[in-house]
Amino acid sequence: MQVTSAIKEPNPVTAAAIPPSAQSVAKPIIEIDHLHKVYKTGDVEVHALRGVSLTIREGEFVAIMGTSGSGKSTMMNIIGCLDRPTRGKYTLDGHDVSELSKDQRADIRNLKIGFVFQGFNLLSRTSALENVELPMLYANIPTEERQKRAREALTAVGLAGREMNHPNQLSGGQQQRVAIARALVNRPTLILADEPTGNLDTRTSTEVMEIFQRLNREQGITIVLVTHEQDIAEYTKRVVVFRDGKIRRDYRIDEPRDAAEEMKQLPPPDEIDQEE
Amino acid sequence: MNFLIVFRVAFRALARNKMRSALTMLGVIIGVASVIAMVSIGQGAQASVQEQIASVGTNLLFVRAGSQNTGGVRSGTDQGGTNTLTVEDIEAIKREVPSVSMASPSVQSRSQIVFGNQNWNTQVQGVSEQYLEIRKWKMQTGAFFTEADVRTAARVAVIGQTIADNLFPGIDPVGQMIRVRELPFRVVGVLAARGQDQQGRDQDDLVMAPYTTVQKKLLAITYIQFANVSAISPEATKLAEQQISELLRQRHKLAPNQENDFSVRNMTDVADAADETNRIMTMLLGSIAGVSLLVGGIGIMNIMLVSVTERTREIGIRMAIGARSSIVQTQFLIESIVLSLAGGAIGIAVGVGISLFIPKMLGWPTLISPTAIFGSVVFSAAIGIIFGFFPARKAAGLDPIEALRYE
Ligand SMILES: Nc1ncnc2c1ncn2[C@@H]1O[C@H](COP(=O)(O)OP(=O)(O)O)[C@@H](O)[C@H]1O
Ligand SMILES: [Mg+2]
Repeated sequence: MQVTSAIKEPNPVTAAAIPPSAQSVAKPIIEIDHLHKVYKTGDVEVHALRGVSLTIREGEFVAIMGTSGSGKSTMMNIIGCLDRPTRGKYTLDGHDVSELSKDQRADIRNLKIGFVFQGFNLLSRTSALENVELPMLYANIPTEERQKRAREALTAVGLAGREMNHPNQLSGGQQQRVAIARALVNRPTLILADEPTGNLDTRTSTEVMEIFQRLNREQGITIVLVTHEQDIAEYTKRVVVFRDGKIRRDYRIDEPRDAAEEMKQLPPPDEIDQEE
Repeated sequence: MNFLIVFRVAFRALARNKMRSALTMLGVIIGVASVIAMVSIGQGAQASVQEQIASVGTNLLFVRAGSQNTGGVRSGTDQGGTNTLTVEDIEAIKREVPSVSMASPSVQSRSQIVFGNQNWNTQVQGVSEQYLEIRKWKMQTGAFFTEADVRTAARVAVIGQTIADNLFPGIDPVGQMIRVRELPFRVVGVLAARGQDQQGRDQDDLVMAPYTTVQKKLLAITYIQFANVSAISPEATKLAEQQISELLRQRHKLAPNQENDFSVRNMTDVADAADETNRIMTMLLGSIAGVSLLVGGIGIMNIMLVSVTERTREIGIRMAIGARSSIVQTQFLIESIVLSLAGGAIGIAVGVGISLFIPKMLGWPTLISPTAIFGSVVFSAAIGIIFGFFPARKAAGLDPIEALRYE
């Protein structure tokens, strides 16, 4: 099923062909079969995806890599039920997404998927707490529980005490952590992150990856993240490389880097994270 | 997702942009406030006319020389006119029409009044001794002239408060001599002040003298211009009007195909005419104000449309994290309704405030209309729904991916 092409890999990553043994035991969450996506702008047709097949199982932590324009974001939008494929089949947690209505897809995004974006995408002039409450608002969760869970989620990403801060009173790393808390708060089975560290420096990137690793390890949340940094991909357990709308490589990382360990080695955080 | 939550989301969104929300409401505030103020001015005018008419007495009738369609309510002001109406006509009315209790002939002349070195130009009205009672006026000081004064064409005068104030500052006018067109008149009394009438004219700027005196000494005429007649009761006015007409036609020897050379009007007609005028004025003022309310509504739509564009990214975020389009649409619709209703509520407060303030500032009577207030509430809600619908649908129709990419 998975493509394991033998194209030369420039980075010295401990890669291995996927053995269909251990992984295949877990339930598949994402099943993509010969997916195509064609954008039409006027007379021009752009084939963003050209027959992608991919299966991601419960508990996986996958990095999608590839050059700019290779179709990574297109893939993520389809996985996230924000967009629909032109051709091919996509099954999410057993549901054929192409058969779902617009409202049903909205409900899936609300309850099953947590999004983390490169540009954070928080509501401005709105407190961290209210930002995190937002998905629960649309899920009809009562006020008390909503606030309790929002506080817990903020604590989980290390932002206890920052509940009332507005995005412009938070650093980039802190804003991204609010966004992660927001993605988490409806207890999704899947977190999708499109270049979540793209706007962050090394230290805050490591912090963000530490949170992802912890969520994946402790809560078993499946995570798919797009990155074009090899360093970041090394924190995940599997790398899928896109090129020209196709999967070029798909390999496992046997010994991912441990962000928590690396954090301990780093010098104590400077002021950047506190102020700004 | 229940309604309360969408309401809260909408409210938070409005609170995040207080300045813009306030400015958006301004249009509706001005619209609603002006509708309420305008309607209350119009209705105040109407009520005060009714009140004046009630105080004059609804059993009052005017008989006027000349045909029906030569002039309106202000028939008394014209000097010339036809000479068809005589004192004898009025005497006949008094004598022969059973539904009439009192009648006073009237003639008037604009004249220069002099006291000492003071000058005043005013209307001199010649009436009979019954006039005071017919009109239900009161005296301030002194007494009205008598039947004997009328019979002998005595040079006596009763003056209005304005004349007293201007010609006799600090002096008791009663017993003083004034000159009217160079003729000396003795002031016998001062009328109680009546203030301004509906059109803002001073009702105390007048001098009254026996009609015989005005006819002979001032105008040198034998006919009269009009007459004030009192019916025996308000219910009798219609009958009196009819009987007076019949009597005068007979006395003037008018053939059946000839038009009346006089006119008889009762106060109910006058009231109806004034009422109609005021009703039209109220409607006119109200609809001008209504246009400003409409403009306010379009303002809301405008701002909501700008707001949707400006908040494209916010909409994208909401949709990405699971807001259904119908929820987004409801949110924007509620925002618009909240804006217009809040604007309406403030507008009502401002409008009522203005309505209470106008009588003190401008001296115009106002009457706050519950209908206008209720109408404003309904209208602002309607504005919120109608003008909020299009922007809300625009928001709901956005594609989340496009919206998220929007800068
Ligand atoms: N909405 C769109 N309309 C037209 N073309 C698009 C659209 N989105 C993406 N594309 C095109 O599809 C291709 C893949 O884009 P994308 O998935 O964003 O790549 P990546 O995220 O890997 O940089 C690119 O050539 C891009 O120009
Ligand atoms: Mg991209």
